[in-house]
Amino acid sequence: MIAVLRIFALCAAMLAGIAFAQAPSQPLQPISPELEQRLKILETELRCLVCQNQTLADSPAGLADDLRREIRGLALAGKNNAEIKEFLQTRYGDFILYRPPVKSSTWLLWVGPFALLVVGGVVFLLIVRRRSQTPMQPEAPNSTTSARALLDQD
Amino acid sequence: MTKVWRFLLPLGIFAVLVYFLFKGLSLNPREVPSPLVDKPVPNFSLPKLHAPDQKLSATDLKGQVWLLNVWGSWCVSCRIEHPLLNEIAKNNIVPIYGLNWKDKREDAIGWLNKYGDPYVASVADIDGRVAIDFGVYGAPETFVIDKQGIIRMKHIGPISAESLQKDILPLIEKLKKS
Repeated sequence: MIAVLRIFALCAAMLAGIAFAQAPSQPLQPISPELEQRLKILETELRCLVCQNQTLADSPAGLADDLRREIRGLALAGKNNAEIKEFLQTRYGDFILYRPPVKSSTWLLWVGPFALLVVGGVVFLLIVRRRSQTPMQPEAPNSTTSARALLDQD
Repeated sequence: MTKVWRFLLPLGIFAVLVYFLFKGLSLNPREVPSPLVDKPVPNFSLPKLHAPDQKLSATDLKGQVWLLNVWGSWCVSCRIEHPLLNEIAKNNIVPIYGLNWKDKREDAIGWLNKYGDPYVASVADIDGRVAIDFGVYGAPETFVIDKQGIIRMKHIGPISAESLQKDILPLIEKLKKS
């Protein structure tokens, strides 16, 4: 909890520093509601690198403002979502994407859970099969009577 | 034999898990590896801080090993590394160029007057557009650029005396010889 608060305070301090130095931002160009909607969805898939656990859509950081303006400019220039993502990826790396791309360094991340599921399934089947193969222990004929005798002792 | 495995296997998995979790603890999530390393320096053409009517571009700097330091007068941690930059400039180790990020001109010049100016020249990136091309997300950041204009290293956060001696200076020497 304290760690969370500390990170929050640090982020706030950084934002204050950036906001303080920020040049008056240019007014955003008006865009159609459909494009606005499209960009809003796109921005929720992108990470703000200043406050790392926020999306670009949510982050109040100065850098997020700049990037949102940049994305808007690219979209107005006719770039599609994939092209905008690639633009950011070549500058900030895969980390800016909330959904990591499938490649050699991330295949474990993508395949791992399914592999574990398969391993778990195999182990489960093996156990079930072994259990079903072991013959049921026939009840000892005198077990009930001896139990009764034990209970009746006192 | 199978009995031994029944204990060793979970223990082994546990050990691997502990190793990765422990390693994760020592990683700094703020140090995001830059995809720009080993790529050509993004071209820019920006007005000089001290002479706004003159422009400086990346192509002007080709043919030498140079540092690009991203700074701002609002950036508190820039003050931490600043004495080291002054030291590099004083000893003529490598030319340092400044990218003055989202700053006001008078604030930036006042800051340099106060703390010293190690930069051959600083360029003013008032709206932060060029910083996006460099993948900058927090000042200070320092790029080491070789004679061919290829980024060889990106240092995130204030430069420490240790990282300067261990990583940055040896790299600069190597690049100067090549």
